[in-house]
Amino acid sequence: MTSDQKIKLQSISKSFSIDGKKKLVLDGINLTVTKGEFVSIIGPSGCGKTTLLNVIGGLEEPNEGVIEIEDVPSDRRLGRIGYMQQKDLLFPWRTVLNNTILGLEMQGVARKDARQKALELTDTFGLKGFEKQYPFVLSGGMRQRAAFLRTMLLGEDVILLDEPFGSLDALTRSKMQEWLMNLWQSLKKTIILVTHDIDEALLLSDRIYVLTARPAKVRTVLNVTLPRPRHYHKTVAQPAFLRMKARLLASLHKEKWFK
Amino acid sequence: MKENSLKNNVYIATRRWVIPLLILFGMVVAWELWVQLSDVPKWQLPAPSEIIRELISSWSILWKHTMITVQEVVFGFLFALVVGLLLAVGISYSRILEKSLYPIVISSQTIPIIAIAPLLLIWVGYGMTSKVIVVALICFYPITVNTVDGLRSVGTDMINMMRTLGASRWQIFTKLQIPTSLPYMFSGIRVGISISVIGAVIGEWVGASSGLGFLIIQSQAVLLTSRVFAAIAVLSIMGVSLFLLSSLTERLMLPWYHDSKSTARMKNRKT
Repeated sequence: MTSDQKIKLQSISKSFSIDGKKKLVLDGINLTVTKGEFVSIIGPSGCGKTTLLNVIGGLEEPNEGVIEIEDVPSDRRLGRIGYMQQKDLLFPWRTVLNNTILGLEMQGVARKDARQKALELTDTFGLKGFEKQYPFVLSGGMRQRAAFLRTMLLGEDVILLDEPFGSLDALTRSKMQEWLMNLWQSLKKTIILVTHDIDEALLLSDRIYVLTARPAKVRTVLNVTLPRPRHYHKTVAQPAFLRMKARLLASLHKEKWFK
Repeated sequence: MKENSLKNNVYIATRRWVIPLLILFGMVVAWELWVQLSDVPKWQLPAPSEIIRELISSWSILWKHTMITVQEVVFGFLFALVVGLLLAVGISYSRILEKSLYPIVISSQTIPIIAIAPLLLIWVGYGMTSKVIVVALICFYPITVNTVDGLRSVGTDMINMMRTLGASRWQIFTKLQIPTSLPYMFSGIRVGISISVIGAVIGEWVGASSGLGFLIIQSQAVLLTSRVFAAIAVLSIMGVSLFLLSSLTERLMLPWYHDSKSTARMKNRKT
């Protein structure tokens, strides 16, 4: 295989024991992400998408399988992969700026240098003028972007995003999607996005993994061949977009949603 | 619009301060009139005017004893703060410490402090130390219990977020758990400091040669009731001041906490 492979999951299985019973959540997941690629993972709610990200990010270890980062098996991934969870998880006692430098502080960067580094990016992240505010005065979108900056400042090549726009209203969400697309193109990061929003996945991704209901397996992998640059209002109306959407929906609807 | 908000502010200020003060003033006036118009003897219930006279005339005596009680309260409280916080950290950090220490902490509160105070006289003597210990015994409890709750209130997703940033257990403790627990700790401190004065007075009643509690016992024995009331007035002023001082410290240390709370209140009021 080629060496521009960034992350490779080989038959990853993960189970939790609930009330003494073993419950299989991930069942032999294979997934490959190349350098600079934007990959989305969609699937029925509760299928184990977040667990999959937790495993990739190192919060959980798989029961079986190997995770390779740049062709090297890796069992220490915490702090080496950027991971933004569903909630913004900003510290209410820290100003926006001091929230964003949290990761750098963990790495032992002096606060002054860390702030300097963050200040260079507050404009790109739409936080200029709000650096000294506490998070509670910020809008949902801004809080999310602050959490984003906190993840980005770590400087990792791989960023995991767990439904980052799930709690935002439709208009803010579409704006954030375009913003993320531009950011990804300018920073050349590798992104794995978990979402339940099919439009979002199609708009942003190079490739989409569709998971089955729990225990999650990979049902379909779809290459999104839509030309870039993409724009929300143009791209979502393209026939190719609609065809792929229909395919994804069909794939998802084969799943049993209730058990 | 501007006039409207000014009007509104005056209205809020009236409701918050003027009306409560008027009610308080009315109660004092009623007390004064009751004593003046009926034949209640002075040694049974002195009038407010009599108490104020007493406060002024025996100020030097009151001041001397106040200073003693203040010292007992302050040292006892600081002692309780250090021990209480160390206990809280230990209890929240280690399962074994939790299982062994928490039952002792809780059962220490089921024993009436007035029963322990005489023992302290036997062990550490008649001086200030025994009172400092009584104060500490009374006010460490709310500090410990609240801080333990605060340290435990940290959500797993917050901890996971710290872990993805590569945080060590120590960094999670200092940068996440401690700041999260501070509002809890301060509510413990506010409770502790308002009952600390009680501890000092109990300690002095059991055996002392100075302090406001001692002054109360001594004055009561000779039916100097107005001086008893004067001492009580000083004690309550002391308690309220300490409470306000701890609230002020909290406001200065946790500006984000009060700002976010008042913003939330404003939002609630609108709807």
